Amino acid sequence: MIEADGLTKHYGPTIAVNGLSFSVAPGRVTGFLGPNGAGKSTTMRLILGLDAPTAGSVTVNGKPYTADRFPLHDVGALLDALAVHGGRKAVDHLLCLAQSNGMGRRRVNEVLELVGLSDVAHRRIGPFSLGMKQRLGIAAALLGDPAVLLFDEPVTGLDPEGIVWIRTFFRALADEGRTVFVSSHLMSEMAQTAHHLLVIGHGRLLADASIEDVLARGSSSVKVRSPRAEELDRLLSSRGATVRAVDNRLEVSGIAAATIGDLAAEHGIALHELTPQQATLEEAFFELTEAAVDYHAGSTPASSGDAPR
Amino acid sequence: MITTPTVGEPGVVDGRTVTSRPARLLPSVLKSEWTKLRSVRSTVWALLATIGITIGLGTLLCLAYVARYDRLDLQRRRNLDPTLLSLRGLFLSSLALGVLGVLVMSAEYATGSIRSTFTAVPQRRTVLAAKALVFGAVALVVSFGSAFVAFGVGQAILSRKHVGVSLSDPTVLRAVAGAGFYLTVVGLLGLALGTILRRTAGAIATLVGLIFIADVLVSALPDPWDTDIGKFFPGNAGLALFSVRANTDRLTPGAAALVLVVWVVAAFAVATVALTRRDA
Repeated sequence: MIEADGLTKHYGPTIAVNGLSFSVAPGRVTGFLGPNGAGKSTTMRLILGLDAPTAGSVTVNGKPYTADRFPLHDVGALLDALAVHGGRKAVDHLLCLAQSNGMGRRRVNEVLELVGLSDVAHRRIGPFSLGMKQRLGIAAALLGDPAVLLFDEPVTGLDPEGIVWIRTFFRALADEGRTVFVSSHLMSEMAQTAHHLLVIGHGRLLADASIEDVLARGSSSVKVRSPRAEELDRLLSSRGATVRAVDNRLEVSGIAAATIGDLAAEHGIALHELTPQQATLEEAFFELTEAAVDYHAGSTPASSGDAPR
Repeated sequence: MITTPTVGEPGVVDGRTVTSRPARLLPSVLKSEWTKLRSVRSTVWALLATIGITIGLGTLLCLAYVARYDRLDLQRRRNLDPTLLSLRGLFLSSLALGVLGVLVMSAEYATGSIRSTFTAVPQRRTVLAAKALVFGAVALVVSFGSAFVAFGVGQAILSRKHVGVSLSDPTVLRAVAGAGFYLTVVGLLGLALGTILRRTAGAIATLVGLIFIADVLVSALPDPWDTDIGKFFPGNAGLALFSVRANTDRLTPGAAALVLVVWVVAAFAVATVALTRRDA
């Protein structure tokens, strides 16, 4: 469980994180989504006590991270897979971290096995591919078998096989009851990995909702074809729906597909097509983050009503 | 190569718990820092350079002295401090050890691994203490070892002209041990500067300025300020420590050792504040 309360971080005049309040629950993969520069990595560093917040607070399992004496047993994190000494062997890199928290070679070998790096354990890290470094970082995060896991952009640099592997992995970790917090700027990736989403833009929380809720918030419409399109247009408009004509079809929003079908039947209007169009997660994401830009420019506030308590 | 990940219940891996924690923090961090130090090649190279330069340069200087001995006049011969001559290599080798001291911390900032380090051990003071203890112990062994070998080899060469001294001669043992002590001090100052400045180049430049160049600048001051101030700089304090002959321009050996300790303590005090106040 990770809980942030009014978390704020300024770097000089730059406000990286602005009053973030959220909680990340165990047992599911929580996606932390936002465009580059939205404040995701800063938030991760604040959670891990690497940077001190300007205001507000954040706790992991009910206490500040820095209060933990052997934190790898509680929290595993992968911030930057490239932040390793290239001259060190993979096994030594992990051993340094393991020993600092009272673990030894046996555990290091276990996690190397787990991420499929046993064959290169005694090679120096420098020439590793980005994908291998990501795996090494994941191995480091798993050392203490922690109940809380944080990953900052873990998919970057992975090949398709690796992406499938990591997705399955995150889900498996969450199914075991762990808290899995994964940041990404890739909506599509999150759609396939996360159960729950925290969306931020310009350091502010834009949404804290399940994937389905975020999708529902994106505008959905219904594609309708009918030989009596003009009549149907008038009928639907009179019921408050927004209707647009696109080629030979109508695009109707603000009214459910079932209601459109019922109305048409009532009035004896034949329908040749009735297709609900779900907004993609990408579209929903853009709508949310555009709102953040609007807010920044000083117009209507973004959907902050969903910020959890 | 890719296996389906199965991790098991949190806290239990392969049916046994891995979440047992050690009783005390410092021993764990010491072990970790030792692994860190021994697992990069720069450590080996810097230590080999320290040993090689201390012994090699001392040997060369003694050989050169012996080769020219017959043509030296009496005054030159009388001015010889055989101990100091065999230990002269230290002025250069201290740079190699100082650079290693810098790298022990600055390499973590250069690679970004400092964040992994502080994620594993959020108690930053303990991390710095462990680095200082592990590196300090290694530096001490290398410093004393190479100082005594350099002395032994140098005196063996000088004894061909019967000008060598032995450790049992007055103050010689103190001078050789003082040389080892000084070398360790420069290494530790490097570590503190690496922590304060975080950048390798900046920290090395500062160390060189403090050890080698500050003396030169201070010597430009009018008498008696040049020696009154200059003798407190690490380079001159070190020289006072491993010279056998007394020199009124320098501190007494005891005072010199104390001054060096004060430099190290002050540098680590600043380093501790910098490390704990700043974002990683």
